[in-house]
Amino acid sequence: MNAEKQKILRRIREALGVHTVHTVHKVHPQGDIASWLPKVGPAFEAWAELFAKNSVQLKTSFHLVESEAAAARLLAETARAEGWQRLAAHGNGPARAIVTTLGLPSLWTDGGYDARELERCDAGITECDALVAQTGSVLVTSKSAGGRALSVLPPHHVVLARREQLVADLPAAFALLERKYRDAYPSFIGFITGPSRTGDIERILVLGAHGPKKLTIVCW
Amino acid sequence: MNTCYPEAGMSMVKVLERLGHAVQFHEDIFCCGQPAFNAGYWDEARMVAGPVLETLAGDGADAIVIGSGSCGAMLKVFYRDLFAKTALEGKAAAVGERTWEFSDFLVTKLGVTDVGAHFPARVTFHDGCHGLRELKVKQQPRRLLEHVRGLELIEMREAETCCGFGGTFSAKFPAISTAMGEVKCASAADTSAEYIVSNDSSCLMQIQGLLDRQKKPIKTMHLAEVLARQ
Amino acid sequence: MATEFSQKFKADAKRVAGDLRHRELIQGALRKYEVVRDSCKEAFQDWQGAREGAAERKSDAIDHLDTYLEEFASKLEARGTKVHWAGTGPDARQIFLDILKEKGARSIIKSKAMTAEEIHLNEALEKAGYSVVESDLGEYIVQLRHETPYHIVFPAMHLTRGEISSLFAEKLGSAPTDNPEDLTMIARAVLREKYVTADVGITGANFAVAETGMVSITENEGNARLTAALPRTMITLLGIEKIVPKLGDLALFLPMLATAGAGQALTGYNSMYGGPRQPGECDGPEEFHVILLDNGRTALLADAEQRDTLRCIRCGACLNVCPIYRNVGGHAYGTTYSGPIGSVITPHLRGLQDWKHLSQASSLCGACSEACPVKIDLHHHLLQNRRNAMASKPVRWEKLAFRAFGWLAVRPRLLEALMPFGRFGQKWFHWIVKGGRLDPVRVWTETRELPAFAPSSFTQLWRAKKRAEAAR
Repeated sequence: MNAEKQKILRRIREALGVHTVHTVHKVHPQGDIASWLPKVGPAFEAWAELFAKNSVQLKTSFHLVESEAAAARLLAETARAEGWQRLAAHGNGPARAIVTTLGLPSLWTDGGYDARELERCDAGITECDALVAQTGSVLVTSKSAGGRALSVLPPHHVVLARREQLVADLPAAFALLERKYRDAYPSFIGFITGPSRTGDIERILVLGAHGPKKLTIVCW
Repeated sequence: MNTCYPEAGMSMVKVLERLGHAVQFHEDIFCCGQPAFNAGYWDEARMVAGPVLETLAGDGADAIVIGSGSCGAMLKVFYRDLFAKTALEGKAAAVGERTWEFSDFLVTKLGVTDVGAHFPARVTFHDGCHGLRELKVKQQPRRLLEHVRGLELIEMREAETCCGFGGTFSAKFPAISTAMGEVKCASAADTSAEYIVSNDSSCLMQIQGLLDRQKKPIKTMHLAEVLARQ
Repeated sequence: MATEFSQKFKADAKRVAGDLRHRELIQGALRKYEVVRDSCKEAFQDWQGAREGAAERKSDAIDHLDTYLEEFASKLEARGTKVHWAGTGPDARQIFLDILKEKGARSIIKSKAMTAEEIHLNEALEKAGYSVVESDLGEYIVQLRHETPYHIVFPAMHLTRGEISSLFAEKLGSAPTDNPEDLTMIARAVLREKYVTADVGITGANFAVAETGMVSITENEGNARLTAALPRTMITLLGIEKIVPKLGDLALFLPMLATAGAGQALTGYNSMYGGPRQPGECDGPEEFHVILLDNGRTALLADAEQRDTLRCIRCGACLNVCPIYRNVGGHAYGTTYSGPIGSVITPHLRGLQDWKHLSQASSLCGACSEACPVKIDLHHHLLQNRRNAMASKPVRWEKLAFRAFGWLAVRPRLLEALMPFGRFGQKWFHWIVKGGRLDPVRVWTETRELPAFAPSSFTQLWRAKKRAEAAR
């Protein structure tokens, strides 16, 4: 394996016309990316409005509520309306607090779980790292959202977010990741933008191809 | 243009003279050398392009005006590649600087958009690819047509899509070339324009060839011919 | 001169170009794409600036590929990933087989990977007795049909819902339906079972982040996420050119990929994977393998004129705008990478003389270069491939013909003398053979009329004008 690695690296160096290893990389200013991408307003009000607008277009259900209690009430209504029987969630924070109030059989992914059991859950409820106004995306990692599968296997993904987690744009989201996890990145980082979809049949949009058919974001 | 569409060339002369410019024509220049160049035979292309370059380099004209986006691109853009690292490299750059596609010359160089033309007709414009993408000719023909009295300009769907000529491509891959041309003809027909106008005779040859075979009434016309009408 | 590849291409291209149903289906779909793509581009504050920035970052990556690859590999390995290096397609296939054997793999689920197509991975695995299920809906559909993907982003673009319904009815025993949602749900049900039971997940990757040692996977369906979440072993295959220098670069590349590729502001799922399950994590593969593939990319790298083709982010934008692609479709190319990027790189990856016809089958309109988010000079590379092909192995009669034309073209008086014969021949003889077997210009006249030689050439008209002016 190492021999092949050296062969490939050698071919690269020959192709580039160098025989020594480069040690200096060109450093790109990251600030310019934000100036090329779509415009985003200056503060929370503008971001919330943009996130809401994007959510409508993406068919994400986005709710900005006053408190954790309000979030719990909203989830209780959803549980009733959709006839949830089994839920999955994670952690020791708001997700556990709220899901516990719903009083339904719940699977907690922390510490491991059976994939078949997760597959039978009606909804997966997770926290997140950020909401991105520019694109209407949710940023999750295996550390913040109960693993890799919780936010993608159950047919309804519910995200619990705090206002402070709403950021302006993608550069801000990546900067947040770097600040938060720099020396110990989780093995999975994901940007989720709307429910699962496909355009593979005559380029007609269908929701719920493999991942969740529904994405609900409750933010307080 | 010399053998099949001389009227387009004479129209260019008419318009330029009407604007008060002295026009010169080199009888010994027949072809810019693009066919061999595009086919990959750059030595053979230099056989044709070299003498062209020599003639133009020494003619003392202020500008070289070409009624074709593809030939214009050849002189302005590709001669640099063709003569790179040869004795004619400098001349290629110098000639390229002085070369203009016809509508670009009028609008960008001379600053003229109204050439005093009168042509009452419904017209749609096809953007020849080389003119559009190599020479950035897009607004210039439209601004000229806007000022033609009585003319109604209708944009067709996919005006910028290639007509399918592509030089020897049309002969080497005739089925693909024809399909592309059919798509273009259909786009034009949907506008119910009476004329398809373009700044490249090769495009017009391709489109007219298909229209004649299909026996369609819409006619092609070179931009210069429209502008020469009074 | 014509290789079997070029003959097949011409025959397939001709057949599909004349298929009006196909033309309407494909071009209709791509016109819709153009509308959404344009609105995404307009939302950018500076799309051209973004292209410059993307091109610069990818150029930096390519120009320092050795350093970045080493950084990428070492960061991955620090988290327990096994990084493999494959010089060729067969090398890569062997690495897969070795891993699968060692793990005693029984059930394999796969998400979309063009590189896997490139090395014909599925065939090799099936020959070795493994069954591989494609999880991306479009790939799943063409897999059932035993076809290759039609487009690098939309594999089943060439099929109607009716065809897909019949396919599912035949292969899955499902009830026929005209509804795309129902069809998708049929596939979803079948595939969910596979996710939960598969022991190996195979993915491709869109980007390889050097700074943090992560592979980035872009998709809309969620099948790649599931492939990377549940099976105990995950294997990611990607070309060495996928490197981007910094994690923050993805803030630019992800929206550009989505805009250019599909006319979306951002694709549904963009996921970065940096290792197997880490301490404290509750799921994820126990083993994560990343296979870096050369397979001719270093040869492209060595061509300084065309090195920029390695910037390609495989978005498919050039396919979408190419009038040749739009008329002949993805399958006619007969090779993994179709459209303009395929026409440029295939001669490098698979042999110049065998595949030069792809570079020749173009009108050089330049729509591809205009569309490319990383500013690859695609249409000029087609010209360069033609030059290189003819320089190394000219076609004798063609070279002679251009020489003859070159000799004639600088003798306009001779041409003038021949013109009357041309006119005469066209008027009195050509009509007899026109369009038929004996017509020397049949390639034109089969479908088009020729322009008539004008009664007087421009030169003659010019001289007449000068004489009239002198007389005054």
